[in-house]
This record gives sequence, structure tokens and C-alpha cells, in this order.
Amino acid sequence: MICADFVHIGMKAKIIITPKKAVLDPQGKTVQSALEHMGYSGIGSVHVGKYLEIEVSGDKETVRQQIDEACHKFLSNPVIEDYRLEIE
Amino acid sequence: MNFAVLQFPASNCDQDAVHVLRNVLGHSARLLWHKETSLGEADAVIIPGGFSYGDYLRTGAIARFSPVMQAVQTFAANGGPVLGICNGFQILCEAGMLPGVLIRNRSLQFRCEHVFIKTLTPDSPFTNQIPDGKLLRVPIAHGEGCYFADEETISKLKSNNQVLWQYVNAAGEITDDANPNGSLQNIAGICNDRRNVAGLMPHPERASEPLLGSADGKLIFESLIHSLQSKQVAKAA
Repeated sequence: MICADFVHIGMKAKIIITPKKAVLDPQGKTVQSALEHMGYSGIGSVHVGKYLEIEVSGDKETVRQQIDEACHKFLSNPVIEDYRLEIE
Repeated sequence: MNFAVLQFPASNCDQDAVHVLRNVLGHSARLLWHKETSLGEADAVIIPGGFSYGDYLRTGAIARFSPVMQAVQTFAANGGPVLGICNGFQILCEAGMLPGVLIRNRSLQFRCEHVFIKTLTPDSPFTNQIPDGKLLRVPIAHGEGCYFADEETISKLKSNNQVLWQYVNAAGEITDDANPNGSLQNIAGICNDRRNVAGLMPHPERASEPLLGSADGKLIFESLIHSLQSKQVAKAA
């Protein structure tokens, strides 16, 4: 019998990293401006971030803790970025 | 004096730094590969400019975890002087050895030009030989040189005299036009609270010989040498 939570082959950590609101985001502003110039209406502010996918295996909770630590220490810079982590 | 100039994959201003220290200023300088774990006899460490690790993830984000950085952290904790230039400044911020962070230039353009910087205080190993009021004409070459930190940090940097250089115009005025990248308060370079670690975005190693258009950058290296020599004299006494 295989315990469903123990070995999850093919799990993916999905991480979305976004600039903090207080940080200048000239990329976002440029994209917003371009969308408006292209004629799209109702465009509000744009923020450009990053998306990472990391294939992981192991106990789901341990993996989550480890990736969360990696997000905080390395994958994002807490001075200027926020992140959201999902393990699927 | 012995200088260690770090070399990461894709550092590209390392040779220039060694050239200035060795050939222009007559001191001993060697390249130190990022995998080394010892600084040897180094009296000071220079972290040079470039695009370490291709600026992947964030500039300096990967270099800060290189084996040599552990030795640099220990060296700095013991009071050893460390100067980060451009990518070196970015690496020091990512490593938490300097507060704040360098983000994408406000204009989104890579800025490659000469700028003027004003030195705010002679009270540091990096500025003690810079005459009061003298503007330094030095080149910048960066796409991510906008200095950012939260209000509390900026306030502390200012009250603690940790802002070493600011971008100014030819008349020495701190204006928005003189700011090439959007850095808060026109900050071009800072030091830590112990004043032994500093970083700046402009390249003093590219402005240490009149042939290259300006020798103002040499004053920063001379300050470092002066500081080291004074310490040596003090120790011998």
C-alpha cells in the first residue's frame, strides 16, 4: 500500500513573485502605457513579476517548508518583492 | 598593500580593477576566483563590475552565495574593507552586507555615460583623500542601478552619514536631471554602519588614468590605500 502523501512524483512548486507596491515599477508603467496606446480601454495599473516552476518530490509539507525558505532567502528579494507559493 | 579582486562567472571589470591597483597605483593585486574559500593575505577586497551569472534571477542574487563570499563576510565582520563596484554593489546588497537593493533604471535604458558624483563625507576608508567640494567625473554603465530602500532605511543612512556619494550635475547640484537611474535621493554609493563596506554604481577603475578621460576615480582607491597604511602604522606603534 502506498501512502498518498509520502512520495508525490511529479509535484510542482509554482511561485509567483511580484514587485512590492512601494517599489517603482517602470516596466509596469511602460506596459500600461503601451496597452493604452494600443487602444485597450479600462486599463489600470500593470505590475510585471516573475513566475517560477520547480519540479519537486518528497513529503509535501517538508517540500513546502523548504521551497518557502528558498523563496524567502533566494528566489525573491524581500526588500522589493512579495511571493506566493503553491505546491501541486 | 594586497588587494583581492573577486572574479565570478561573467564579471568583466575585474582586470580593470587589477590594472589600476597594480600598474597605476603600484600595489599588489590578484584575481580571486569565486570558488576559493580563503582570501589569503588580502588587506582589502574589491568586488568588481560585470554581469555575474548573467544577472539571472536578479543581479547579484546568485553570486552572493558563491563560496568566496563566506570568506568576504568573515573578513568584513572582522573589520576588513570591502569595496563593491557596480555589480559588486549589487552583490553586497543581495548578501545583506549593505542595506537596500539596486533595481532596474527608471528609464528602463542601459545608461553608459560619464556622470558627476559629489562626496558627502571624508569620514570613510573610501573617501578620506577626496578634497572637500571636488566633484568626481566617473563613468556609469548599468541597466539596474536605481538604489532603493524603504523610508526608514534611507533616513537611517542619511542620519548616520552612510551615503557616501550622490549624483549631481556639473555645478554640483543634486537634481533630477543629474540622476541617471532614478536612485532615491540620487544615491550613487553608500557604506555600512561600521563604515568598512561600501558600494557604488559608477566605475572608479575606469576613471583612474587621464588617458581614459578622467582620473578622478583614483581618489577612491587612494583613500582605501591611505586608510590601510594608516592602520598599519597604528598597529606598528
